[in-house]
Amino acid sequence: MKRMQSLQKLLALLLAFALLAAACGGSDDDDGVAAGGDDTDQADEAPADGAEDEAPADDAEDEAPADDAEDEAPADDEAMTDEDERAGGTLTFAFVSALRHLNGTVQSGYATAVPGTQVNASPLLFDENYQPQPYLAESWDVSDDGLTVTLNLRDNALFHDGVPITSEDVAFSILTSQANHPFKAMFAPVVSVDSSDPLVAVISLSEPHPAILMAMSPGLLPIIPKHIFDDGQDMKEHPRNSGDDFIGSGPFRVVEYDPSEVIRLEKFDDFFLEGYPLLDEIIIDIVPDPNTAILGLENGDYDMITSPNAAATQQFEEDDRFVVEAKGHEAIGQIDWLFLNTRSDVLSTVEARQAISLAIDQQGWRDIVQLGRSSANVTGIQNASPFYNADATNYDRLAPDEATALLESVGLGDGFELDMPATAAMLPTAEFIQQDLSAIGVTVNIRQVPDFPTWAAAVAGGTYDITYTQVWNWGDPVIGVHRSYDCENRIEPPGVIWSNNAWYCNEEVDALLDTAAATFDNDARQAAYFEASELINQDAPIVYLGKPDWYQIRKPRVQNPPTGIWGFMSPWHEVWLDGE
Amino acid sequence: MARIAQALGLILAVIVLNFTLIHVAPGDAADVIAGDQSASSPEELAEIRARYGLDDPFVVQLGNYVGDVVQGDLGESIWDGQSVTSLIFDRLGATALLAFSALAFAFVVGVSIGTIAARKPTSLLSQLITVLALVGFAMPAFWSGLLLLIFVAVKVDFFPVSGNHDLGFEGNWFESLLDLGQHLILPALTLGFIFLAQYSRLSRASMLEVLESDYVRTARAKGLSERSVVFKHGLRNGLIPVVTILGLQFGTALSGAILVETVFAWPGIGRLAFDALLRRDAPVLLGVLLLASVVVIVANLLTDLTYRLIDPRIRVTGGVNA
Repeated sequence: MKRMQSLQKLLALLLAFALLAAACGGSDDDDGVAAGGDDTDQADEAPADGAEDEAPADDAEDEAPADDAEDEAPADDEAMTDEDERAGGTLTFAFVSALRHLNGTVQSGYATAVPGTQVNASPLLFDENYQPQPYLAESWDVSDDGLTVTLNLRDNALFHDGVPITSEDVAFSILTSQANHPFKAMFAPVVSVDSSDPLVAVISLSEPHPAILMAMSPGLLPIIPKHIFDDGQDMKEHPRNSGDDFIGSGPFRVVEYDPSEVIRLEKFDDFFLEGYPLLDEIIIDIVPDPNTAILGLENGDYDMITSPNAAATQQFEEDDRFVVEAKGHEAIGQIDWLFLNTRSDVLSTVEARQAISLAIDQQGWRDIVQLGRSSANVTGIQNASPFYNADATNYDRLAPDEATALLESVGLGDGFELDMPATAAMLPTAEFIQQDLSAIGVTVNIRQVPDFPTWAAAVAGGTYDITYTQVWNWGDPVIGVHRSYDCENRIEPPGVIWSNNAWYCNEEVDALLDTAAATFDNDARQAAYFEASELINQDAPIVYLGKPDWYQIRKPRVQNPPTGIWGFMSPWHEVWLDGE
Repeated sequence: MARIAQALGLILAVIVLNFTLIHVAPGDAADVIAGDQSASSPEELAEIRARYGLDDPFVVQLGNYVGDVVQGDLGESIWDGQSVTSLIFDRLGATALLAFSALAFAFVVGVSIGTIAARKPTSLLSQLITVLALVGFAMPAFWSGLLLLIFVAVKVDFFPVSGNHDLGFEGNWFESLLDLGQHLILPALTLGFIFLAQYSRLSRASMLEVLESDYVRTARAKGLSERSVVFKHGLRNGLIPVVTILGLQFGTALSGAILVETVFAWPGIGRLAFDALLRRDAPVLLGVLLLASVVVIVANLLTDLTYRLIDPRIRVTGGVNA
């Protein structure tokens, strides 16, 4: 009797665990996927922002490297005089993403990159126009044939243990990334890295590879110490990838590391940009629930949080105790879209896919589901990129009659059913789509799944018809765009999430993407991407819903916040606190 | 002895059951890691699976795990490579503090208002208590937690909203204790509300019954003071069912802690379990569940012992309560 009771208790306990987790799964996986950038606005403000940005970007750049060739002279004095007033203070930041470790040469993703870019330095920074700027590399050069990239390193750069940063460390970091990083495209054409001069790294490529510059952004290529990591251990599991004893190359060093609680960073006194960083300390509080971050900002616990949901953003906008800015993170290029599984019976027909795209009210989705905090984005390349083809054939209009005619032309006038797996966080969109498609006789069966892994298994395994997700551009299209369209990236079940999950293949598109990937000539790249976007849109494997705006919400005392194209995934060495 | 053998058998059953449940859940840690990376190759997925033995047949995985646990090795987290034992022990204190505070609050307040209500069962106060208790019980913890946060922490700005210490807190042990206490109050109240309702209802019902009984009438007839009647004769007997529930609810408190710890960013094992489940981090989740089952079993044993304290006629020999 007693035993039965105990067993019942245990079963109940287990069940409680499972149910609770299932009930809360939705909101949490949303953060994993979108890292809190689920609803946001870029909309018509985007160009205006770009113009505005130039001013602060310029002086930020001026203030930074005193010995920088591209620097303008007068800025130096200015930096020296007001530096003392700006320096000091502790910035508190609520971070909703869970990180595995700090070593961005073997791990991609926002969770690693945000703290990672504070503790590690990369060869290059990028300005508002997607142009490279000096960072650890004082200058750089691409040879005329596009097969050699030379980086000239600063001579005063040290790791946090005092060991100088040399070209050997750069070579080691690039080769480690090439062998381990999930974004294989970043350094795939690298043949070798010459480090015979300790301050010059010469990268040899098998073919011209324009994406390599963007791949040397802070979040994508941290320079890690060879003398710590090159001990034959598996890099992905290396014990020095995290912890209080992490040795980085960036403006801040780790003093406390507890990935489920808090990461405390202190100013690194010997940072290679003299006078920086300005902050004494950054406390990154890891909070599991986005609501806690929102309430914490409101309560005064935090100076800054990651982009919250649309409703919270609206609330902060109405509150003059906070600064809300729709800026930063543009290069991430998050696009909300619907994958259409071209392997499923009906959706293998191009007319059916076009009809679905036409029957969905994208503008309505942006206005209603995203509260107007999302902009039209009609291709897989984000709308602020120089490679974005706004004039490509597209379906960003509500045209149910056209859709019905298309369906009738291929004998699908009687309608059909679609299976749509969705986590709780995806439900508002799923229901919106369901309603729109019912107008053309298409029944969407929403299959609610408990959490991210369940959804990912279904989509990666191809057992779905239509699904909602967010895919990131990650700077250069070679890194984050090609993967969704390359024939080669159709991966047999169990598959991989955010690969070519629509199972789309067009040899012509592949050839164009290959061309764009292998030339430093921006005009040629643009032409290839424009044409590829046109062809893809004619085939309609994906319904593009929009590009959400990412917000920066902070207390007014936070000055010079990280609002560049990489947003929080860039060093905060120029951030300072007013009144400290 | 028999009880210990029983307990060990139970724990083994729990391990096998949990392992199976996690195994049949769709998706595995490799999917989550690939998802977190926002892109991955099939080679990499295969490599992750091979690294953690996720590609072995189910029976082999189960055998390996049970073998390790028997040797006292709970393994390492697939997510960040930390030892499961240290992950759990780092957080156990926080959860224990939260659960004890919540249960203590619920017990003391619940029994008090239950007793007050029982003395005048038809009074307005009694009815009010019943209604409040039901509302408290029906309200999910994540909801009441958020409400508390919004009204008490944000609007009034007296309590902190997250964690168990202020960010960057420095101070002596006394300030540290105060700071901890300030952080503890809201989560403990939120978790306590769930149990408060049950305790007050239960002690009310139980006291009603006891106060009607013959020996209470005798006590009253003896001319004992009302206080003595209620506390010495009534409450001692009336408490037994409440204590039973208290013991049984240790497990429930742990599962309630999952939500409360997540809402308040309280660094305990509930949050650890929640994160582990979403990441399909089987070793961590199994470790926490194993611990939970041990706690439940120990709590049961302690409950039996407590009966004896309250009512010395009960003996924990297996004879009386078998």
